[in-house]
Amino acid sequence: MADQWLPIADLVTAVQAKKTTAADLVERSLAALAAQQDYQAIIVTLADRARERARQIDAEIANGKKVGRLAGVPFIAKDNFLVFGAETTAASNILKGFSAPYQATVIERLEAEGAICVAKANLDAFGHGASTENSDFFTTKNPHDTTRVPGGSSGGSATAVVLNMAPFALGTDTGGSSRQPASFSGCVGYKPTYGLMSRSGIVAMASSTDTVGTLARSVSDAALVIDVMAGPDAWDATTIERQENYQDLSTDLKGKKIGIIKEWMGEGLADNVKERIEAAVAKLQAAGATVTEVSLPSLPLALAVYYILVPAEISSNLSRYDGQRYGYSDASAKDLEASYRKSREVGFGKEAKRRIMIGTYVLSSGYYDAYYKKAQTVRTKLINEFNAAFKDYDFLLGPVAPTTAFALGAHKDPLQMYLCDVMTVAASMVGCPAISIPAGTSEKLPVGLQLMAPQRADKELLALAHQTEELLV
Amino acid sequence: MMIMAKLKRDDILKLAQLARLDLTEAEITEFADELSEILQYVEQLQSVDMADLKPTNQVTGLTNVTRKDEPVDYGYAPKDLLKNVPTVQDDLIKVKRIIA
Repeated sequence: MADQWLPIADLVTAVQAKKTTAADLVERSLAALAAQQDYQAIIVTLADRARERARQIDAEIANGKKVGRLAGVPFIAKDNFLVFGAETTAASNILKGFSAPYQATVIERLEAEGAICVAKANLDAFGHGASTENSDFFTTKNPHDTTRVPGGSSGGSATAVVLNMAPFALGTDTGGSSRQPASFSGCVGYKPTYGLMSRSGIVAMASSTDTVGTLARSVSDAALVIDVMAGPDAWDATTIERQENYQDLSTDLKGKKIGIIKEWMGEGLADNVKERIEAAVAKLQAAGATVTEVSLPSLPLALAVYYILVPAEISSNLSRYDGQRYGYSDASAKDLEASYRKSREVGFGKEAKRRIMIGTYVLSSGYYDAYYKKAQTVRTKLINEFNAAFKDYDFLLGPVAPTTAFALGAHKDPLQMYLCDVMTVAASMVGCPAISIPAGTSEKLPVGLQLMAPQRADKELLALAHQTEELLV
Repeated sequence: MMIMAKLKRDDILKLAQLARLDLTEAEITEFADELSEILQYVEQLQSVDMADLKPTNQVTGLTNVTRKDEPVDYGYAPKDLLKNVPTVQDDLIKVKRIIA
């Protein structure tokens, strides 16, 4: 494993004070990427582009210009973010060779503050999965045990952060895709309130729950990155107003009311995960927080809601891959209809096809009310239960996933893989912020603790997570 | 209403047609079983008491987010936006014939 990075704020101070250079940080990151290729975390490295950006930043510093809050800090973007000068594949064959004509808003914001994108990370194609095994290219390995998965879909991003390939990475989180790999790989994974960060320039999966995820070594690193990215964007009509200063992480655990979710602590939760969560709860209580059990009776339904609504939105969002405007196009087809069908057959992997088929089914005439509308209504029920819980509690707490990282190839059955998302999809369905922070290990494998807050309380959640993280070190 | 939890070969072919997706023989067989299993799982929602709840479409309460109906200069030339198109002719996207 490469040397650990300093906290991001310290790296930036060192660059600004000329104690190090952006070029040095980029070279260090490129060396860490090159030395750890066996983990297959990365789809493409952007060495030339990164070196050029570093030269510009170092020149600005040499000329006495003011540089940004992330000056010289290398980062890695999941390969479903559009970045200039690189292919964006979403780890899918159908997007192989796609060259971004514009950049994602959050990439623009990070670059405007001096951050440097050094690589694009592997994922389950289009974000469909919990292990990176659904990547059309290759599977990323867990940084602690190469016979196990890193989690997914942002598994490449999580592995890259844990192996110090860069100080932070971007992921996406539609149903747990940043939190679950953070839990499996051992870093911080953040899912913001729905709409806090722009999705413009990110390959769409399920538009009613897609969010920008942040993977970092610590909550304070994540908070700095979030502070740069958050806020309204004219190119994403779902964006919401932001809070001031997400970097202010001061809060007192004393008197905080935290609900531990009853439905997630019983049957189905592995004993070794349960032990770590209970140990974290004991530390929170010792620090003065009140942690008591809360029940959200509809929670066991959240996964069924998710696996109706999300495939429905996927089938719609993936309809744009038609082989005509971009992406793989089958040249052998004789007419337009055949060209659509053949391009999609060859270009999409099995999981994308599976989800398109489920989505098409639940949206089709005669089944819409029974599946899609029903799921949207149960979603309301879930939201009501969360709202009620947040009247009594400041935060909710539970595991991120039922187990630690599982073995490569362990879940051959698609439904078994879907069940891995059982504890992360609820926050996605209700749109509230949620974070996974490391809560120790079991037999060398990391266990994540999930904390959730009401919508738009991202700042409060980050502060709580920061204080909790200090207890768990 | 009656829910058809067990999908047959014809159901899979119909869905593939709706989704403009050709499937291999192996995929047809596999998907019939897998999709049936997934649909049986999500059917647990059928027994939920909905009382008078309304469906949720948007979770943060935004409604009718609009912008001014004015042209915006994105700063891109047509050729930038056409660079990923499989077949281009005279700055237009060329597709196969529509009627075979």
